[in-house]
Amino acid sequence: MADTDATTEEAEAPAVDERREVILASFTDALGDAIVGSHIAVGRQLWVRVTREAWFDAAETAKNRLGFHFFDWLSAIDWMPSPWGRYEDAAGIDEGIPQFDPDATFETGVAGGDTRFQIMCRLTNIRRHTEPHLNVLLKADLPTDDLRVASLVPLYAGANWHERECWEMFGITFDGHPSLRHLYLPGEFEGHPLRKDFPLLARLVKPWPGIVDVEPMPGGADEPAEGDGVAAEEDA
Amino acid sequence: MTAVTERQQLAYVDAQAADARVNVELQTEEGMVLNLGPQHPATHGTLRVTAKLDGEQVVWADVVPGYMHRGYEKLTEVRTYPQITTLINRIDWLGSFANEVPFILAAEQLMDIEAPPRARHIRTILFEMARVANIVLFLGDLGVQLGAVTPAFFAFRDREHVLDQIESVTGGRFHPNFDRIGGLKDDLPKGWVADTKAVMVRIRNFCDEIEALLFGNEIFEARTRGVGVIPAEVGMSYGLTGANIRASGVDWDLRRDANPGLAHNEVDFRVWTHPDGDSFARCWVRLQETREATKIIDQLCDGLPGGPIMAKVPRIIKVPAGEAYVATENPLGVMGYYVVSKGDLGPFRTKIRSASFSNVSICPWLLRGVYVPDIITILASLYFILGDIDR
Repeated sequence: MADTDATTEEAEAPAVDERREVILASFTDALGDAIVGSHIAVGRQLWVRVTREAWFDAAETAKNRLGFHFFDWLSAIDWMPSPWGRYEDAAGIDEGIPQFDPDATFETGVAGGDTRFQIMCRLTNIRRHTEPHLNVLLKADLPTDDLRVASLVPLYAGANWHERECWEMFGITFDGHPSLRHLYLPGEFEGHPLRKDFPLLARLVKPWPGIVDVEPMPGGADEPAEGDGVAAEEDA
Repeated sequence: MTAVTERQQLAYVDAQAADARVNVELQTEEGMVLNLGPQHPATHGTLRVTAKLDGEQVVWADVVPGYMHRGYEKLTEVRTYPQITTLINRIDWLGSFANEVPFILAAEQLMDIEAPPRARHIRTILFEMARVANIVLFLGDLGVQLGAVTPAFFAFRDREHVLDQIESVTGGRFHPNFDRIGGLKDDLPKGWVADTKAVMVRIRNFCDEIEALLFGNEIFEARTRGVGVIPAEVGMSYGLTGANIRASGVDWDLRRDANPGLAHNEVDFRVWTHPDGDSFARCWVRLQETREATKIIDQLCDGLPGGPIMAKVPRIIKVPAGEAYVATENPLGVMGYYVVSKGDLGPFRTKIRSASFSNVSICPWLLRGVYVPDIITILASLYFILGDIDR
């Protein structure tokens, strides 16, 4: 899926985002086969998915070749659906701790993905203010049994806190990070809260009342919004 | 200093200063470790700064956030889109409405709907009013950090008028929870536009007062000029945004440069920068920004279009699968939401990029070598809200 992404984009997209195509071409030129997927949302965003080994090189290309000196943020996604259910509600607690299949494949998002954990980082060029700022969202898959990736701290000093947060929240180790310590959580905290299999205990001990009464929106499908500038008050 | 010895020292300080009641830990040979916070007036909440001193000078400093971590990224995964605005209101609690806007814009982008022009205008007005309310308090608080109490009273006095205006539209002084996918909850009340313009005149007068009181003051200049200088390259590598990076001479403002879906492209305003990059520059840029914000609000109030304030949206919001990132120029800097949807009632994952998190992460670098009293002014001039660091 990932390999076809870029080609189908060109064939089907009504408009072509030339400036982002140029950036993608620079990445392809610098990294070659290390790019395993890409996607362009025309006029909005460029995603480039690289192999784990090329994570640092991709960031280096962005910084030194394309001038993306601004470090926006770094984070990760756990693509596994929560074994506790979508709303992690108390309903499933009686069945004990749910088990999940370690070999299962997961539905992943833009630019594709092969593994459960995916790391992502957004870099921007903020120097040229005369035209909209260009940026790139780098992604890389991490194998579940070896959650390690090169640290970006030597390139971007600001990656320090983001990687510490990512380390404690997802359990991803950053090789070369100067001091991988807890950022938010207390030192003796066990588990990685942003992993999908980390239970949200507040939900498990008490059902969430907000799930049943989804807030109705004014001007819903059966009642179009009024044209006089006053919101249509609606009682569901 | 190598990374290993630094880590050992940090571990030592963590062990020694974990008990916040012990504020000063004396070390015999290597100097003194000063523990600021977690509850210190200069930290606007519960942020802890540990600084190792050599005499009056900071050898190294570390910032310990997390005393207010509420896990919003995890909580968004179990709530529906309309419920999430309630949560994210509490990130930057002084400019709450501005927190809702980028999230709603990201959801709208995924749903491919657009708010009608009137909603977009009112959104932008409230967005800028959040900025005014937020930065007015900064300008008042700035004086307190330097020992001048008067500006704080002026700030609370005039901010109250802004909050009154926000309250009369949204019903909430601090947490409006007013933005909806597709538009806004309600229209403006009668007579609101005229009242708002009067309040904006007050705010401009307040800016003049603060400028006369503080910015021309010798003590203020002596304490802030040349203190805490951030070069543009360093600021960018730490992801500094907002007035902090503009004070280092980087001309970057998402309101002008990105236009993610607000009405800023229809008004005339200036993005202020300052070449110095010191504490004074950061304060000065914020003062000018408050003035510009009042002008933006005036212009938007004049050119308010008619029409509906709500686009046609389904009654139960289901956002199609996809990923979107929308960032806006919030009072504290760039705030963005990376929303991953799988077509459910709520997002699969939300990454919240908050401004203060990146802005404060520069502190260990910035505080190295400064004098103890300057820690306070530097922290004040970086201007963070704890909820915006910890989320």
